[in-house]
Amino acid sequence: MTQHVSPPRDGTDKTAPVGQPPSWRGMLVRADVRTLSLLGVLAVLILIGGITKPDEFLDTRNLQLVLTQASVIGVVTVGMTFVITSGGIDLSVGAIVALSSVWATTVATQEYGFGGILFTAVLVGVGCGLVNGLLIAYGGMVPFIATLAMLASARGLALQITDGKTQIVTVEGVLDLGERDAYVLGIPPLVMVFAVVTIIGWLILNRTTFGRRTVAVGGNAEAARLAGIDVRRQRLYLYLLSGLCCGIAAFLLIILSGSGQNTNGNLYELDAIAAAIIGGTLLTGGRGTITGSVLGVLIFTTITNIFALNNLQSDVQQIAKGAIIVAAVLVQRRTASTT
Amino acid sequence: MAPEPPLLTMSGITKSFPGVRALDGVDLDVQAGEVHCLLGQNGAGKSTLIKVLSGAHQPDTGTIHWRGDPVTLRSPIAAMRLGIATIYQELDLVEHLSVAENVHLGHEPTTAGFVVRGKAARASTAQLLHRLGHPEIEPGCLVGELSAAQQQIVSMARALSHDVRLIVMDEPSAALDPDEVDNLFRIVGDLTADGVAVVYISHRLEEIRRIGDRVTVLKDGRAVAGGLPAKSTPTREVVALMTGRNVEYVFPGRPSRAATLEEPVLEVRGLAREGEFEPLDLQIRPGEIVGLAGLVGSGRSEILETIYGARKPSSGQVLVGGRALRPGSVRAAVRAGLGLAPEERKAQALLMLESVTRNVSVSSMSRFSRGGWIDRGVELEAARAATRELSLRPDNPSVPVRTLSGGNQQKAVLARWLLRGCRVLLLDEPTRGVDVGARAELYAVVRRLADEGLAVLLVSSEVPEVLGLADRVLVLREGQVVHTAPARELDEHRVLDLVMEGSPVASASPAAGEGSPAS
Repeated sequence: MTQHVSPPRDGTDKTAPVGQPPSWRGMLVRADVRTLSLLGVLAVLILIGGITKPDEFLDTRNLQLVLTQASVIGVVTVGMTFVITSGGIDLSVGAIVALSSVWATTVATQEYGFGGILFTAVLVGVGCGLVNGLLIAYGGMVPFIATLAMLASARGLALQITDGKTQIVTVEGVLDLGERDAYVLGIPPLVMVFAVVTIIGWLILNRTTFGRRTVAVGGNAEAARLAGIDVRRQRLYLYLLSGLCCGIAAFLLIILSGSGQNTNGNLYELDAIAAAIIGGTLLTGGRGTITGSVLGVLIFTTITNIFALNNLQSDVQQIAKGAIIVAAVLVQRRTASTT
Repeated sequence: MAPEPPLLTMSGITKSFPGVRALDGVDLDVQAGEVHCLLGQNGAGKSTLIKVLSGAHQPDTGTIHWRGDPVTLRSPIAAMRLGIATIYQELDLVEHLSVAENVHLGHEPTTAGFVVRGKAARASTAQLLHRLGHPEIEPGCLVGELSAAQQQIVSMARALSHDVRLIVMDEPSAALDPDEVDNLFRIVGDLTADGVAVVYISHRLEEIRRIGDRVTVLKDGRAVAGGLPAKSTPTREVVALMTGRNVEYVFPGRPSRAATLEEPVLEVRGLAREGEFEPLDLQIRPGEIVGLAGLVGSGRSEILETIYGARKPSSGQVLVGGRALRPGSVRAAVRAGLGLAPEERKAQALLMLESVTRNVSVSSMSRFSRGGWIDRGVELEAARAATRELSLRPDNPSVPVRTLSGGNQQKAVLARWLLRGCRVLLLDEPTRGVDVGARAELYAVVRRLADEGLAVLLVSSEVPEVLGLADRVLVLREGQVVHTAPARELDEHRVLDLVMEGSPVASASPAAGEGSPAS
């Protein structure tokens, strides 16, 4: 009684390799034009650095410095990538880093030693993320506005705590992590934290239900809702995650600078967004790549380093960054339309 | 016949979309000063035709003559320059701008080319509104604060603010009260008296009789009759033209056993949403397909979405397997075993950037994961099993869902619920955007799922679809069930009479016609 009208398709099944989940080789092939082109850009930058300042740029200490600098903003960018993938935005990351870093370095906190500083930095980050998430997911506020408000108040609070003064860290355990003695096989602890955050972030985004929900909410929130996903709770978690990353980044910054300042994390929000975008994460949501974001961070940090080594002022750096953002987005739009 | 050439002649217009031939050689001619009505069922090609006419779509082939000269309507602006204005069903006004700003949007009266002369704009707007019989609408008022009927007047004022020779009105009366409809007809009369032509689209035959001069009937992308006299062509002939089909749908046979023995799996008690639909009672048993027939705006989709929890009911409850669902919660509905294949597949169901697998597994991710960690091998196998069961093509769930045809995208949505193991499937316009050839296959799939014990609630504006697929049919008109009957006892004429004329006692004979299923 039932009849199928589809044309006969015998034999076509064999042409498509449908046996296993995407293999490593398949992933390499798909590890697509975008990642490869980002790696290409990075290679070109390293080449430029090596040619213009052969001795200084390729020096181990300099490379360690570049990676260390990338670590702080890198951890922030991983959190930002999740938020942007879900179709949101977090403008408050820099301010949260500042607030976390000063709260964790007050005289009172430092009395609790290493654990006190780490715990406070993370807790303040998560707390700010919680406020963002509640306002956005359950208060119905637009992410742009809610996190802009958080930006303003967190910065204000950071200033109030420090009264504009630099808070020097005296806890030895924290300062030691920034010393060369703490490097393992030449890798600074900060860079290791960055690597671990990156790997965990990649796994969460690509291999877990949490990651799937993030992509689904960003790709089509209405469809996600009608498919039975708790969109609001997911949004709350995402801003919590971003706050958590800011807390970790604040701790790294405390190690790096040996202090807490209310001016910390200045314009991190823009750097993180820019890195995610040139990495290939869609600002409209629905597609995110941790690998791309990390490459984006490395590209920006390398540019800054090369410019500094060549004694070029930061205004030129800014112009170069702007040009790279535009170029990356234009290239992506072309590749997106051809795939 | 006319000594001078017609105002507009469209001939041999074709337009295809991926998988669908929306227009297949349509001819239409419109004389100055006439009301030319376009009739046809949903999907007949009316909206595509008026989009071609308004410059929003470019035809694949065919020619358009304007006052005897060949023209190309490259954009809505080009059409507007010629004097063709369109008032769409979905009003395209900017809510946060004032009435005057909306009316003059894109052609504001200016000083020195850029300074908007607000006073002049308001004055001319007031004049237009007066002409339209609505002087009470304040030109400075925000459009968002107006009623739907008033917004329509604003839309019309905008059309008239150009030097317009032809106005296309897409179901203008759908959102209007009877006395507002009277005003609309008076306006149409004034316009035609001034020599303006009106292309009028409506489902309501009585309206066409009142104001129409000639009628063109579209069906399956063809004009099956052009320029019939609107007032004297018998209703039966018009309905026959609208329903007689070149393409005979093949519907699967109904099971011989009646599904009356089992307890209903879905029960709806007095469910209502104020302003959208009246209290509704409904029971569906496992294996049963119940159809809701009605026009756009009859409350069909709203009913489905309220049952599903996507809208909060103002009263009543939904029970699945005897247990009441938390009202207004999609998650509760999904957990209880409801699944929705929504009307706007791309906007409401699919993750267009993702693979078929991920689209299918999205509602049952916990089944392939432990502690949040997804086992992608198991996921892929499950998705493949579900898509194979529905013969989804291509047989490779790793492809992006956006590369599939409309019918296969719909199957991906069905596979999602199949995988979830849902007990009640809510189908909203399941064959919209689906190729005619693929429809029969989709019908067969739905029937097979029902035979396997699923309860199905089907909404469609295509009457033959409801009659052919459903076991039992509820006819809706303006949010109210006006008739309930086994599908075998209804035919297309009768249903169309019920939904269009609203008379419960229709003239058409209830004898089985061509709308009844081939069982």
